[in-house]
Amino acid sequence: MTEIIKPSLEKVIVTENLTKKFGHFTAVDHISFEVNRGEIFGFLGANGAGKTTAMRMLCGLSKPTSGEGTVAGFDIHKQPEMVKKNIGYMSQKFSLYDDLKVWENIELFGGIYGMTDNEIKLKTDELMGRLNFESERDNLVKSLPLGFKQKLAFSVSIFHTPKVVFLDEPTGGVDPITRRKFWEMIYEAAASGITVFVTTHYMDEAEYCDRVSIMVDGRIEALDSPANLKEQYNARNMDGVFQQLARKAKRVDS
Amino acid sequence: MILLLMPVIQIILFGFAMSTEVKNTKVVVLANQADEVTHQLIERIDASQYFEIAVIAHNSGDIDNAFRDGTAKLAIIFENGFSKKLTHDGKAHIQLIADATDPNAATSFVFYAGNIINSYRQELMPVQSAAGMIQPEVKMLYNPQMISAYNFVPGVLGMIMLLICAMMTSIAIVREKEMGTMEILLVSPMKPIYTMLSKIAPYFVLSVINFATIMLLSVYVLHVPVSGSFISLVFISLLYIFVSLALGLLISTITSTQLAAMFISGMGLMLPVMLLSGMIFPIENMPGILRFISNFVPARWYIDAVKTIMIKGLSITDVGTDVAVLSVMAVLLVIASVKKFKVRLE
Repeated sequence: MTEIIKPSLEKVIVTENLTKKFGHFTAVDHISFEVNRGEIFGFLGANGAGKTTAMRMLCGLSKPTSGEGTVAGFDIHKQPEMVKKNIGYMSQKFSLYDDLKVWENIELFGGIYGMTDNEIKLKTDELMGRLNFESERDNLVKSLPLGFKQKLAFSVSIFHTPKVVFLDEPTGGVDPITRRKFWEMIYEAAASGITVFVTTHYMDEAEYCDRVSIMVDGRIEALDSPANLKEQYNARNMDGVFQQLARKAKRVDS
Repeated sequence: MILLLMPVIQIILFGFAMSTEVKNTKVVVLANQADEVTHQLIERIDASQYFEIAVIAHNSGDIDNAFRDGTAKLAIIFENGFSKKLTHDGKAHIQLIADATDPNAATSFVFYAGNIINSYRQELMPVQSAAGMIQPEVKMLYNPQMISAYNFVPGVLGMIMLLICAMMTSIAIVREKEMGTMEILLVSPMKPIYTMLSKIAPYFVLSVINFATIMLLSVYVLHVPVSGSFISLVFISLLYIFVSLALGLLISTITSTQLAAMFISGMGLMLPVMLLSGMIFPIENMPGILRFISNFVPARWYIDAVKTIMIKGLSITDVGTDVAVLSVMAVLLVIASVKKFKVRLE
C-alpha cells in the first residue's frame, strides 16, 4: 500500500428520494444517501430488500421511477452514458469471458472503456507484475482457480480507473483467507481514490467498511460507521445490528 | 406444459401436414373447343378430391400466368376437336403440364390425373378396344429431368439460414446472460444497440458464407441452375437472413438459459420450417388451420421466393408478396425485440 488518502468530502454518489416501483411493488422506497470520494461504502440488506435494484439504478441499468441521483457528478436520469463511463462493475459471478485468455479479457474490457492500446499494454504489464499473474497471462480464464478469477474480475472492473466501482457480493463462494486478501485489494483501490460501493452478506466484511447502510423493505433503516452503529444498537458486532434491523422486515424473501 | 403440449402438436402436425398425397391441387384447364366430352372430363376432374379447377384458360398465355403466380400446379390442355377425334380417329391427345419444382408432387399429379382420364375413357367406351385412346402427353415444367435437388435446395437454404441465424444468435446472446458478461457489457459505456449488433455480426457473416457455399454446391455439384436473376436471389436471401437474426434476437430476449433458447429455436423453429414451409409437404394439402399457421413461418415465403427465382427463373417482381411479407416480418420482429430488450433494462 502506498499513501492513504483519507475520505475527502467530495461527494461521489448522491441520491435523493430515489424510488423504483415495479407496478404496485415498491422495490426501492425513497432512499437518500451520500457517498464520499475514496470511501468504502457497504450496502447491506437481506435478499429482496432492494439492494440490487438500487445498485442497478446507480449503474444506469435501470431508470428510477422518481427521485434524483448523481454518480461521479453525472445525473443518472440525464447522463446515463457519462455515468457508465465513470464507473466499474463487478458481478457476483466474477463474470469474465471463460474462453478468452487472461490478457485478452483485460484488452477487451479496456477497449470497451475506450482505453488506448498503449495504455492497456502498460497497465496490463503493471497489473500482472503486481498480482504475480505473469505465469497466468496466457491461460484461459476458465482454467483459473476461483480466487484468481475473483482478483482478475476486480482488477478488470477498476482497470480504466473509474471514479466509483460497484461490487455486487464480490466475495461469494471463496474461502476466508481469499476473502481477507480480496479486501486488501479493495483497500488499495480506495486508497488510490476509487470510491468502493459494495454489497455483501458477510457481516464481518461490513466491519471493514468506512460506512454502512442497511436496507430493510426498500428503505434505508440505518446508515453510519460500523462503530457508531454498534453503539447505537447496543450490539457486540455488525451481525447484532443487522439482526435487530432485519427482524423488522415485513417483506417475505422472494 | 411444453412437455404436455408437445405430443399433441406433433401428432397434429405429422397427421395432417405430413401428407404427400394429392388433395385439392389447383388445375388450369385449356379447351379451345369445348364439347360434351371435355365438359364431362373437366367435371370429373373437378369433382375428384385430388383436383380443383382454379382457372379456365383461353390461351396458352393464361396458363403461363397461372404457373407464374402459383395459382395452378397442373395444366390440362385438350387438343382442338377433342371428342371428334376421339370418336372418329379413336385417338385424341391431351396434354398434362405439371409444375415440377417439386418433382414428387408433380409425378403424383400426373399419375392421378392420368387415372381419372383413363377411368373416364373406360366408362365412355366400355369395350376394350384400340379405339377411344386418350393419349396423355406429359410435360414437366421448370424441371424436365425431375431432379429432386430442384426441390430441396431452396428448402435446405431456408432451413440452414434460419438455424444459423436464429438458433446460434439466440444461444450466443443467452450464453452471455448466463455467464453474467452481458451485465458487464450493459454497464459499460457501450450502447446496448452496438452490443447487440456486435453479437449478431459474426452470424450474419457466417450465414452469408453458408449461402455462398450452398449456392456453389447446388450449381456446380447438383447442377441446379440459377435460372432467374442472381441479384434478386441474393437480395431476398439477405432479407431472410435479417428476419432470422431478428427472430434470434427476440428469442434471446425472452429466454434466460441456453437450454431454453435451444429448445425454443429447435422445437419452435425447426419443426415448423420442416413441416409447414412447403419444403417437404405441399402447403396446399394441409387443412385450413395449418395453412393459416404456415403464413407465419418466414421460411415458407423465402422458400417460395427462392423456387420462383431460382427454378422458375422469374424476376423479383414475381415474388412481390414474399418480399413484402418478409419485410413486414423483419420490421415487426425488430420492433418486438427492441421493446423486449428495453423492458429488460428497466
